[in-house]
Amino acid sequence: MPISQIVQIVVFVVLTAMTLGGGLGVVLGRNLFHNALFMVLSFAGVVGYYALLDAGFLAGVQLLIYIGAIAILILFAIMLSRGIMGRQRQSNQQWWIAALVALLIFVVLGVVLWQVEWPVADQQALSSPSVAISQLGMELMGPYAIPFEVASILLLAALVGAVILAREMPE
Amino acid sequence: MIPLYWWLIVAAALFCIGLYGVLSRRNAIGVLMGIELMLNAVNVNLVAFWRYITPQAMTGQVFAIFVITVAAAEAAVGLAIIIAAYRRRDTVVVDDMDIMRW
Repeated sequence: MPISQIVQIVVFVVLTAMTLGGGLGVVLGRNLFHNALFMVLSFAGVVGYYALLDAGFLAGVQLLIYIGAIAILILFAIMLSRGIMGRQRQSNQQWWIAALVALLIFVVLGVVLWQVEWPVADQQALSSPSVAISQLGMELMGPYAIPFEVASILLLAALVGAVILAREMPE
Repeated sequence: MIPLYWWLIVAAALFCIGLYGVLSRRNAIGVLMGIELMLNAVNVNLVAFWRYITPQAMTGQVFAIFVITVAAAEAAVGLAIIIAAYRRRDTVVVDDMDIMRW
């Protein structure tokens, strides 16, 4: 096995430990603040995944939007509503049903995905990273121009909606 | 090259972890964090399929960008709703937010 292959596998295993370990920390921990920090760890693992998959632009976007914006926003919300939950129990009475359902779906997905014959393409077809990024830009501005505009309207609506929902209501 | 199945199974595991969080959390912010994990799992899938199956077309990456956009909008509006509910009813526990229950 060539050395680059081994390095790739080691990196993949480390990133998986980060992503899934962080994910488990998010759903199992008791302290909500620590949960949010574990979520940052999980997002960082996904950044590494994108880098490993040669999607450099998405790695940057993931870092900026998920870690830089969404995680910080959630930390702010936790601090604004702090003290309410304290050290109380964080999971509800149906947690074991939830665990059962999640495990069942995981097993089903694992079996189904294993049985499918994926039409994996010739890896030589991949264009170089700089070409790929310009190609991504061209596609966003060309065939996907209308979804792109709709996404911008969605963001504007979310911006206005969030401001209106969160402001102090005059009685 | 790492086999495609590894990526898919990792994404499935992350999705199921997020699903467990959504279903079992009492705190609304915890539920939102579970949703973010699930969206991340979907994105990993999209990018893995792009890299392994159609590396010449950028569809997978474009869709991942749209999912990230929607996730950002959802987080902003969701947290605004949670903050508003916290102000009015002094709770972030999902079980107590039952004013719309019939």
